[in-house]
Amino acid sequence: MPVPILKQRDYLIASIQAALNDEDLKKLREALVAQVGEFRSRGVIVDITALDVVDSFAVRTLRDLAHMSRLRGAETVIVGIQPEVAFAMVQLGLTLEGVAAALDLEEGLTYLDRKTKERARTK
Amino acid sequence: MVEVRAKAPFRPSVGSTDVLLRELVAHLRENRTQLREEWARRITEAKLLTAMTPDEIFAEATAVYDNYLEALETGSIEALETYARNLSERIIPRGVETHEVVGIVLLLRDVLARSLFARYRADFTELNRVQDAYEPAANRIANTVAVGFVQERERVIRQQQEAIRELSTPVLPVRERLLILPIIGIIDPQRARQLTEQLLRGIRVNRAKVVVIDITGVPAMDASVANHLVQTVEASRLLGATVIVTGLSAEIAQTLVNIGVDLGKMNTVGDLQGGIEEAERLLGYKVLPIPDPSNNHA
Repeated sequence: MPVPILKQRDYLIASIQAALNDEDLKKLREALVAQVGEFRSRGVIVDITALDVVDSFAVRTLRDLAHMSRLRGAETVIVGIQPEVAFAMVQLGLTLEGVAAALDLEEGLTYLDRKTKERARTK
Repeated sequence: MVEVRAKAPFRPSVGSTDVLLRELVAHLRENRTQLREEWARRITEAKLLTAMTPDEIFAEATAVYDNYLEALETGSIEALETYARNLSERIIPRGVETHEVVGIVLLLRDVLARSLFARYRADFTELNRVQDAYEPAANRIANTVAVGFVQERERVIRQQQEAIRELSTPVLPVRERLLILPIIGIIDPQRARQLTEQLLRGIRVNRAKVVVIDITGVPAMDASVANHLVQTVEASRLLGATVIVTGLSAEIAQTLVNIGVDLGKMNTVGDLQGGIEEAERLLGYKVLPIPDPSNNHA
């Protein structure tokens, strides 16, 4: 099942609605990295509120996505991790280091706004 | 011995057991004073119930003796069950152990059996029948008292665990988006797990950005709990919240360093006050004193 990607001002928002297999995850990553260039986006938000299980492949893919889009000029933030999922991930050592996380979509947007403003200031 | 068994071919029917038991009880009642004293003496000798004074032991012994005989006579253990529960309630807070309670009941059983041996030793057939009647009843009573005691103990333990669990982990919103989690007392793995669950849920519900975990009241911490704490910090980050740990005692600080917990991921501040100030800074608050109006005129 493909994940819809919404363009919202300078940001891309991918809202995952159902459990994804490895193939879908890879496609999502590729689509996002491609569209970051296409739309000259400054930020990417991946909403995983609907995921009850996050495995090591998913974590690696999300981390790679964050690093790839950073190389293409966009900051990534993962939002909506469920409390149980968060704890399970940490216990498995899947801590998404180097990737920003926020409580929900709104928080993610706030985070990206702040980040892009900071970047504008340093330029 | 073999001859005796051959001579007693029939198992006593239920009716005759009843008659026999009543006879036994009558005998044991007659010798109540002497047997009771014998029993109390043997309890002291065996160094059981050391938490109680001899007078108390004698008083309890009397009550147990009478209840025991009644249970033997009527075959109903309900009264004894109630008494055993009451007794347990009274003596558990005084530190009486399970082996002591089982010990005194077995001693009573022994004292009474010896008295019966003495009474019926002339007639082996009769003694055998007496034993057949007495043993099962006595075993059942011993069982009842021991089980009653253990159940009462377990009930007390359960109650206390529940109380501890309820008192255990408040998650307090202090300001908009700031939570405080004061932890007091020893953290065991179960409590640590519960703590994490409540904190993560609290972050979600209160939409917290910053959490201050205060462990001033935690005397010590082992490796597994320390790692759990680090995991909690990490999991909170995944929910978009920053965790500040405050009030680490010198012992805990040493433990954490010795066991090599990765402290790079932990944001620690000396005390709760400092932690709250740091949290306010992160949230962009600034606390200012209200200017004193009298100063304006000065």
